[in-house]
Amino acid sequence: MDTYYHPKDLAHFADLGKGNPGLWEKFMAYYGAVFAGGALSEREKALIALAVAHAVQCPYCIDAYTQACLEKGSNLEEMTEAVHVTCAIRGGASLAHGVQMRNVATKISM
Amino acid sequence: MPAPSASLKARGSALASPAEQVRLLESEAAITRFDDTIAGAGLDPLRATGIQVFQINVGKLCNQTCRHCHVDAGPDRSEMMSRETAEACMAALAATEIPMVDITGGAPELNPCFRYLVEDSRRLGRRVTDRCNLSVLLLPAQSDLAGFLARHGVEIVASLPSVASSQTDAQRGGGVFGKSIEALKRLNAIGYGREGSGLVLTLVTNPVGAFLPPAQRAQEAHFRECLFREHGIVFNSLRTITNMPISRFLEFLLETGNYEGYMHRLLDAFNPAAVSGVMCQYTISVGWDGRLYDCDFNQMLDLPIAYGAPAHIRAFDPRDLRTHRIRTGNHCYGCTAGAGSSCGGATT
Repeated sequence: MDTYYHPKDLAHFADLGKGNPGLWEKFMAYYGAVFAGGALSEREKALIALAVAHAVQCPYCIDAYTQACLEKGSNLEEMTEAVHVTCAIRGGASLAHGVQMRNVATKISM
Repeated sequence: MPAPSASLKARGSALASPAEQVRLLESEAAITRFDDTIAGAGLDPLRATGIQVFQINVGKLCNQTCRHCHVDAGPDRSEMMSRETAEACMAALAATEIPMVDITGGAPELNPCFRYLVEDSRRLGRRVTDRCNLSVLLLPAQSDLAGFLARHGVEIVASLPSVASSQTDAQRGGGVFGKSIEALKRLNAIGYGREGSGLVLTLVTNPVGAFLPPAQRAQEAHFRECLFREHGIVFNSLRTITNMPISRFLEFLLETGNYEGYMHRLLDAFNPAAVSGVMCQYTISVGWDGRLYDCDFNQMLDLPIAYGAPAHIRAFDPRDLRTHRIRTGNHCYGCTAGAGSSCGGATT
């Protein structure tokens, strides 16, 4: 193994089912139901997944949901905006924790 | 990679040869042969179910040079159906009760025989579809084209890959999106796509890259919302069509390192349920030179109709085309992946 991440490994995702088929099947049934069209369309859900994939920084998920977004009819402008949503929330979360910094600083400062 | 400005043929590409394309498609060792796949699904051999569509490809001349074109059409191509062959098509059609004539190209409207084919098909009482690239409607020499199509009640099947100008222009050439929008507005203005007008406007979208098309119904809703909100454009329906791994799209796949991945994507998405709706089962495809094929894709790969069926429009006999065997190859994975794909859109 020359790298922890290899694109071809994505095709072996289902091998996780070999360790515990029951749990795997439950997860896949849930996964499929989550991404089916409902109150949100499949296209919208794929865009959310793409944004989350960037938040958790999973290269497999970024690969899979980039393709999924295109195959659901999204374009590069929409997908780029989704990644900016990730960026804004991640950056915003850091800034929001600045309130804790201010609370501590205020408490111990003169 | 920039979009090509000339056809494969004009650039002297090896891929201009249909035989070279077939060699590549059939020599990919990692791809199970299409015939073996449909045999494994109990669907072999594929046979016609009766001809419902008389598709005429009038030639390769086009005012655009789209990056995915399976015809290798463009302004530099001169292969065009002659009046004599067009008349042979109409004579053959008259001897049948085939209800639909589907005229394609290139940009079929640029063939001098196009209007004759429309008028004669309508005189015979057949429905007529024009596969239109939209920008042709803006050419000064075609200023009366939209009115001609409307007068004859021709259904327009118009290509628009995306509601995003960046994607449309990337596939079809710089500025094409703007021209397409202008043409759609003109068609709407004379009634096309408007309820109650009887003038049918169908949009066709191909993926702008090496991936499968979206679900047809969902994409139609997306296009309907975006085109009306941003441009006030209406249309009747939308069809999704998968890009075939042939001709200029094959060149794109090879040059971008996507060929193997795309072929596996098509194979992995093989859908036995999509096979029963593929167009080759109910279409006869006539080439610009009068030769007969099972579909427009086989035509571009120079795979004429076989297994005893007539080879040329002058030998056309509908009795030989009721259940004839269809010629297949690995390119057929393009029509059987996912929701399926045909000139009529998704097949499932």
